[in-house]
Amino acid sequence: MKRVLAGLAVTAAVFAHAGLAQAAGELNIYNWGNYTSPEMIKKFEDTYKVKVTITDYDSNDTALAKVRQGGSGFDMVVPSQNYIPIWISEGLLLESDPGKMENFKNVAKEWADPEFDKGRKYTVPWAMGTVGTVVNTDVYKGDINTWAIVFDTPAELKGKVNVVPEMNDVMDAAVLYNGGKKCTGDLTILKKVRDTLVKAKPNWVAMEYGTIEKMLSGDFAASSDWNGSALRQRLKNPAIHYGYPKEGFVFWSDNLAILKDAKNVENAKLFQNFMMDPENAGMNSGFHRYANGIAGSDKFMPADMKGAPEIDVPAQFASVGVPSMTCPPQVQELYTKIWTELQK
Amino acid sequence: MTQPGTIEAERSRDIRKRWLLSLPALLIVLLAATGPLLIVLLYSFLTPGPYGDVLWKASPDGWIGVFLEKDIFTETLSLADAHVSIFVRSVLLSLATTVVTLLFGFPTAYFIATRPERTRELWLLLITIPFWTNLLIRTFAVLQIIRNEGLINTLLMKFGLIERPIQMLFTDGAILTGMVYVYLPLMVLPVYANLEKLDFRLVEAAYDLYATPFRVLTKIIIPLAKPGLIAGSILVFIPALGAYVTPSILGGGKNLMLGNLIELQFGQGRNWPLGSALSITLMLIVTVALLVYVRNVGSQEKRHG
Repeated sequence: MKRVLAGLAVTAAVFAHAGLAQAAGELNIYNWGNYTSPEMIKKFEDTYKVKVTITDYDSNDTALAKVRQGGSGFDMVVPSQNYIPIWISEGLLLESDPGKMENFKNVAKEWADPEFDKGRKYTVPWAMGTVGTVVNTDVYKGDINTWAIVFDTPAELKGKVNVVPEMNDVMDAAVLYNGGKKCTGDLTILKKVRDTLVKAKPNWVAMEYGTIEKMLSGDFAASSDWNGSALRQRLKNPAIHYGYPKEGFVFWSDNLAILKDAKNVENAKLFQNFMMDPENAGMNSGFHRYANGIAGSDKFMPADMKGAPEIDVPAQFASVGVPSMTCPPQVQELYTKIWTELQK
Repeated sequence: MTQPGTIEAERSRDIRKRWLLSLPALLIVLLAATGPLLIVLLYSFLTPGPYGDVLWKASPDGWIGVFLEKDIFTETLSLADAHVSIFVRSVLLSLATTVVTLLFGFPTAYFIATRPERTRELWLLLITIPFWTNLLIRTFAVLQIIRNEGLINTLLMKFGLIERPIQMLFTDGAILTGMVYVYLPLMVLPVYANLEKLDFRLVEAAYDLYATPFRVLTKIIIPLAKPGLIAGSILVFIPALGAYVTPSILGGGKNLMLGNLIELQFGQGRNWPLGSALSITLMLIVTVALLVYVRNVGSQEKRHG
């Protein structure tokens, strides 16, 4: 009996230890892959003597699913603006009140009081951009400013197009392509959307996230993509261009938040404040190549980002951009159903 | 002299003691094996939550969704041909993997078993070397070889055999290649274990009686090696059926196998009950495969007495 008890005690100790593995001076960030400047993290680590660990996720849904289970061990997360109301209503985020932090004064006016986080009670801007197409113009010479690249793939690109499988991005693109409004629940349009997607899929080579590496290696000749990713590709291969679909495209932002069950809350707050410093935000942009919503940070960005067509939306396209937002639950449910049907 | 009665009592005490001693282990095995399974079974009968997870409301939809699908717009039920095609692809790819690993694994095992005893261990060591590297890394290595600017395409283009790269990555063929590479050692080892015990005097006797090499192979070696061949096939087929990493990296997220389909339900699909029902379906397929194995080998052993 004693041995049984000893065995149980050991088992319990193993579990307890797993739960208490967080020591002081740590910060665990759960973020999109290839999205955090190592240089900027080094600076934070050196300034505050904190060891930062970054874990990647590849979609808003993955991040949400993992954190919702509890005990993820992460302190911070970077959800897109259309998911932030879900994170808040599910009670997953800590009300850290960045709006009252010292560096908040640097946040650009248009990002200081956004719809998805009124008064900036939870989140700090991380990056913002657009969803469009990216095309290797050595392979395809036609018009790239259209979702037809993905949904009505031209002959040259058949079997070479990738689609980044972020559900809402793809659904929004297909809705706009079929003349619908973002978040439409109109069944005639959604039926067209479904048919468009099902018909388009055989022309795709993959549904993957790693576009930068695979566009550069020639495994993909085109893809749906985000603008910063497109800029990083063009800097390595000038033939790769970013297209702003004339049927409409989505403006999005990703925002840094602290989790309610974070173990290192003080370090996380320091990091939120740190990210609103123009120099640090600029350094981060120099890595992920997106705008960051912090005024004055452009001084600290690499010169090749100034006036880049991927960052500054050309005037003729700006009018067809629509902001990303959370769709009503019943619409979201339809989107999810269409999406699952497509994925099968 | 001890009484027969006391011997009996001692024996039963002994048995009780053994049971008591093994009880903790048995309990843990029972809990660890059936506990999670029961949760999976329970979840398969609940309602999906809006952002994943489940609502505590019973619903048969998870199981209905395995085989049938409701059209989003017309609400009509039809056979879930998407699921069926993934099931079929998984079974076919796993069978193909098994056959190819057999074709390569059997000669390899035979070769090792016929080496002098001292060098056999070296050969076995060589077979296990890929296991020293993480599965993920090995799969990425295969990706590097077959991608458009990978080793094969670069060489073929250099020698002018092809003008443009052949699309090998993100196809069923890529998944098959990856799985054969990953599972080959699982075939070689049990077949070798069996061939090692094979009495090669029987082979010699057959040759002395003027049997052709082909007859020796089909009438002597293969029948004697059958348990090993079947064990190897099962060891390859079952994990291949549930493979996740290989198809997700080499299939490009478009050519799903069962493992990927299940994962999808717990992530972007937000349908845990369906995912649970699919997992149990996969388990049932595996159980059937195992039953076939037990039947075959069991009857074989009885026949040989």
